[in-house]
Amino acid sequence: MKTLFSLYRQSLAGLRAMLVATLVLGVAYPLVVQGAAAVAAPWASQGSMITADGEHTTDPDEAVGSALIGQVVDDPDLFQPRPSAAGDGYDTLASAGSNLGPESPDLVELVTQRQAEVAAREGVDESEVPVDAVTASGSGLDPHVSVAYAALQAPRVARAHGLDVAAVEALVREHTDGRTLGVLGESRVNVLELNAAVLRAADGD
Amino acid sequence: MSDVLPALGQVAILVTALALSTPLLGRHLARTYTSERHLLPERATYRLLRVDPDADQSWRTYALSVLGFSLVGLLLLHGLGRLQPHLPLSLGLDPLPADGAWNTAVSFVANTNWQWYSGEAAAGHLLQAAGLTVQNFVSAAVGMSVAAAFARGLARSRAGGRVGSFWTDLVRSLVRVLVPIAVLGATALAVGGVVQSWHGPRDVTTLTGGTQPVLGGPVASQEAIKELGTNGGGFFNANSAHPFENPTPVTNLLEIFLILLIPFAMAWAFGLIVKDRRQGGAVLAVMALLLGASTALLTWAEMAAPGTVPALAGGAMEGKEVRFGEAGSALFGAATTGTSTGAVNAMHDSFTAPGGGLTMFNMMLGEIAPGGVGSGLYGMLVLAVVAVFLAGLMVGRTPEYLGKKIGQREIVLVALYVLTTPVLVLVGTALALSVSPGVAGLQETGPHGLSEALYAVTSAANNNGSAFGGLTSGTPFWNTLLGTCMLLGRFVPIVLVLALAGRFAAAPRLPAGAGTLPTHRPLFVVLLSGVAVVVVGLTYVPVLVLGPIVESLS
Repeated sequence: MKTLFSLYRQSLAGLRAMLVATLVLGVAYPLVVQGAAAVAAPWASQGSMITADGEHTTDPDEAVGSALIGQVVDDPDLFQPRPSAAGDGYDTLASAGSNLGPESPDLVELVTQRQAEVAAREGVDESEVPVDAVTASGSGLDPHVSVAYAALQAPRVARAHGLDVAAVEALVREHTDGRTLGVLGESRVNVLELNAAVLRAADGD
Repeated sequence: MSDVLPALGQVAILVTALALSTPLLGRHLARTYTSERHLLPERATYRLLRVDPDADQSWRTYALSVLGFSLVGLLLLHGLGRLQPHLPLSLGLDPLPADGAWNTAVSFVANTNWQWYSGEAAAGHLLQAAGLTVQNFVSAAVGMSVAAAFARGLARSRAGGRVGSFWTDLVRSLVRVLVPIAVLGATALAVGGVVQSWHGPRDVTTLTGGTQPVLGGPVASQEAIKELGTNGGGFFNANSAHPFENPTPVTNLLEIFLILLIPFAMAWAFGLIVKDRRQGGAVLAVMALLLGASTALLTWAEMAAPGTVPALAGGAMEGKEVRFGEAGSALFGAATTGTSTGAVNAMHDSFTAPGGGLTMFNMMLGEIAPGGVGSGLYGMLVLAVVAVFLAGLMVGRTPEYLGKKIGQREIVLVALYVLTTPVLVLVGTALALSVSPGVAGLQETGPHGLSEALYAVTSAANNNGSAFGGLTSGTPFWNTLLGTCMLLGRFVPIVLVLALAGRFAAAPRLPAGAGTLPTHRPLFVVLLSGVAVVVVGLTYVPVLVLGPIVESLS
């Protein structure tokens, strides 16, 4: 009885504490961060959107997507992103990986099938298809492909747009991020920025 | 994709940062929990709470404060989930189902952040900010408070079982530690590209004429405390693999740093609170040793990429992001399961078999290397008592830790603590696999299916919260089972630890005698590491053999 009464009294203090916490941590704190982010990162905090000209924008009506989020490339002449397990592919309302395990027969089949598709599309042997071209990312929204996968696609994209392979390879290099400080993360190519640049080059800009 | 040298360089930067931050923050933490002065915002808070900040609570009252506070938090969060459609900024989303709201409320109050739901599809901005973010803060502060009370219990002599004031510890953990670091961390993350807005999904026309919503939300503010408080609940389903939560290799390393920052510093603070820095150093060494070993093994497993699919595809990139690669994913995986965080930047279900097994083993260690904020320290100290006791049995030393005699009552409490989680894990997994609603949630059959169930229950009972995502856990059966495991796995150990703290605080602190085993020497570091691994080994080897080990060998 004494314990129960004590628990009740502590819970009342707990209730007051939770109300204060909700106001301070649940309302004031996000607003403070919001203010700081609006000043320090006005573009990135709104979703890092870019236009077809590769310019930064915070207006979704001007944007062709977020530089941080991969998208379906519904054009066989452009650089293709990695396979995606988010919804039907790059569905931002359903970010997800496949969660298939390393011995999963389903995944073996998927990888085999993707290797055949990519090899046929790029006109190379299946053994030359890089790993990121046949595996789905963790988020299903990976905006990048590896340098190897971009290099594999460059000749096809150049041909389709009547551009020099060297010119497209130069665009790939321009949109490649190396490891930060030489050690952090991996070298990668941003597919949306690269495709936008290819389209601009093909238009003769 | 990853190369060895950059992988090592990445670890070197992290180790350097932690080596600098641990003593600094450790000293600040020790002062936070021992200072007699109250800051202005703290005094105002105590008045609002109507509590006496200088009241020295008995361990029982302290425990009741923890339970009362957490109970209220649980009810409030459950209510927010159920009432979601009636709240502002709910983005038109449905209420959480009853079992789901209960699971989520327990999950965030218990510092677990297991998520049966997908954030972008189930939780509106208000539930995320005013519900989940708040618990990210306060559940972390509860863990830190309990650890502080335990350290105080060891430091005091004949103090009548009094261990301090929970309300003071709680408020100070927030005001002096969690909030300032979270504001800095969140701003840094936003600069790095993490989203922070109040927008709902806004459609854009893609480059090739499709439609794709660009999401918004108070993400950076939640992300910072999610890592700093070793919570781990993602704003989005894909958690820290999502580019809006973790956009670059730099934010990746920052998030890993935030995960490890407080757990290591707590060990340093412990040494200062018990006025013997070497004791904190020994605990820290064990944490670093175990985390180092698991990071090395996990990185090796993912880079060497054994297994059918990795061999076929040419690497273990299923479920991983190109910007992080195998090394950046393995480092995050080791940090998140070595603490009780459970955030993921790659899908653990798709890790190689030895890699997935290692993340499970990390959790089974009881999350002590370095463990959750607070819970890692008290978990490790309980094992230190076991180590001292075993040494007593083996070589006839007097079983005492920091001058506190380990008698029958103490060892009973310790034994109960050590047994609680394994009982929850093994009974819970067995139950899940023996009834059809449990089996129905598994995505795969055979050993990998067992691993999915084992991982889920291990994650819940150890308050980690990461998942082998293939498991469909949003069913009444799994929500109830995992909710129960999270609740008991958090609060039973907390009560036992506080009871132990009370006994230590009541006992005299004896000077070290000739028969005392020194607990600050390398020998003890080895002994304690051994105890941690052997206790887990003996408990979990049979079930690990049936899951990841069989899978590795097949």
